[in-house]
Amino acid sequence: MSDKKPERRDFLFTATYAVGAVGAAAVVWPLVDQMNPDASVKALASTEVDVSSLKPGNTITVLWRGKPVFIRRRTQEEIDVARSVKMEDLIHPEKDEDRAKNPEWLVMLGVCTHLGCVPLNDKGDYDGWFCPCHGSHYDTSGRIRKGPAPWNMEVPKYEFVNANTIKIG
Amino acid sequence: MSDHEYTPKSKAGKWFNDRLPLLTLANHLTDYPTPKNLNYWWTFGGILTFCLITQIVTGLVLAMHYIAHADMAFESVEHIMRDVNYGWLIRYIHANGASMFFLAVYIHIFRSLFYGSYKSPREIIWIIGIIIYLLMMAAAFMGYVLPWGQMSFWGATVITNLFSAIPFVGEGVVTWLWGGYSVDNPTLTRFFTLHYLIPFLILGLVVLHIWALHVPGNNNPVGIDVKKPSKDTVPFHPYIVIKDGFALLMFMIVFAFFVFYAPNILGHADNYIEANPLVTPAHIVPEWYLLPFYAILRSVPDKLLGVVAMLSAILILAVLPWLDTSKIRSAVFRPLYKQFYWILVADVLILGYVGAMPAEGLYLLIARVATAYYFLHFLVILPVLGLKERTIPLPLSITEPVLGGSPNIAMAKKNESKIE
Repeated sequence: MSDKKPERRDFLFTATYAVGAVGAAAVVWPLVDQMNPDASVKALASTEVDVSSLKPGNTITVLWRGKPVFIRRRTQEEIDVARSVKMEDLIHPEKDEDRAKNPEWLVMLGVCTHLGCVPLNDKGDYDGWFCPCHGSHYDTSGRIRKGPAPWNMEVPKYEFVNANTIKIG
Repeated sequence: MSDHEYTPKSKAGKWFNDRLPLLTLANHLTDYPTPKNLNYWWTFGGILTFCLITQIVTGLVLAMHYIAHADMAFESVEHIMRDVNYGWLIRYIHANGASMFFLAVYIHIFRSLFYGSYKSPREIIWIIGIIIYLLMMAAAFMGYVLPWGQMSFWGATVITNLFSAIPFVGEGVVTWLWGGYSVDNPTLTRFFTLHYLIPFLILGLVVLHIWALHVPGNNNPVGIDVKKPSKDTVPFHPYIVIKDGFALLMFMIVFAFFVFYAPNILGHADNYIEANPLVTPAHIVPEWYLLPFYAILRSVPDKLLGVVAMLSAILILAVLPWLDTSKIRSAVFRPLYKQFYWILVADVLILGYVGAMPAEGLYLLIARVATAYYFLHFLVILPVLGLKERTIPLPLSITEPVLGGSPNIAMAKKNESKIE
């Protein structure tokens, strides 16, 4: 590099490039952000589900934000199995008590945390869910036990509006 | 680029050419000196150009009838198949055309690997080719999503979820790609837009690919530099044009067989079921041309590392000119490389096969061994081989082996013994 002193002209170049870069970024951002979820997509944020017809051992699948949500009314046996698992045996340690506040009801996104397929009910080595795409096994609490998925199936925000209705979202 | 100055004969031609030298370009393309020993493996460049044009023309027509909306896409494809005049033909050409495109590009790539066409001074041609190949995969994947069948939907879900493996920002990136919280209408409309755009990007890159090719000229089966123009070369027109044309006709017979006699054999029956976000098909597999990479993805038990391995398997090709340390281009003169080349071909075919099978038991084991070998080939075997291999002496010109009998190893070996 030459060791000549910066001139007024160098300052002008630097200032022009800087303003140009900021301007370009300001124009690019709307073009990028338009791809994010729009207002109408965000507006569909909650769903209410009537679960009165569900018997113990049954699962229903409902659609929330375009994704399947599993609502399972668990049998006592399933709850006992889920609650007796040692934390050190889990890939993603989470207590069943934290995943299902009301032990009879397990509500979670029916989306495999590997690549987003819908796992099959009452299947797999842990009698919970099995993902047919790449072979992830989940237990009766929806926790990953075996296979490529990194996390347990996600428990969304939900609440019982009354004894028969669950509001998801 | 031509080695001689060109002036159009007619006055009008000269007037035009002085203002826009299109005629000089046309003259360059017809006179372009081509090694005279090019074999039929060299005809796939022309075949690929044909494939691209076919996809653009049929795609343009399909876009006149297709509706990019989650509620109507599936029905509009059935409308094309049943109601639109010749819609079935145009769609089957487009759908099978994608497979034919990949068939041709794989032959083209493996020809390059065998004859060392990626080596100096042709690295840029090769890298542009890899970019074209990546864009082809993106276009094919997004095109497969458009009919909005079960495989479309779940293929889109699985592939976009690959991005969720990126640490920290993965989930945000996936939501951004989807334009929602799952694959849905916003995803479909943007995929349609990009599917329409990418072929034109490819077309631009093809121009660069050919431009970069015309600087050093074609490699050839012997892999030595040729003087051009000389006795070693023939003009592109009519010699190569006719040869390419004949090969294209043969290729079109295969193409037509699929279109007319087995139009759905390369697809999946599940894609004739409309997309259902509540049910994943029992057995998800990508189209055949992506299976080797899918096998690599599944053979790694960790999510992030699986994605990294799959991407590396493609991107490693971009640095191939520097991984292969051998100065000898053609495998004809590299007896060991030739064997490893065929092992690699078998390895990729095996990966493709296990990619279509369930990822469990023996299949998984085979996929893991084949994945390990794939990387071993590029990262260890090629660099070491270039330094250790005892190659067969090269002929002095491409004419020499022709006049001596045949350009095969037996002939080359005879030369070798003469020299010794």
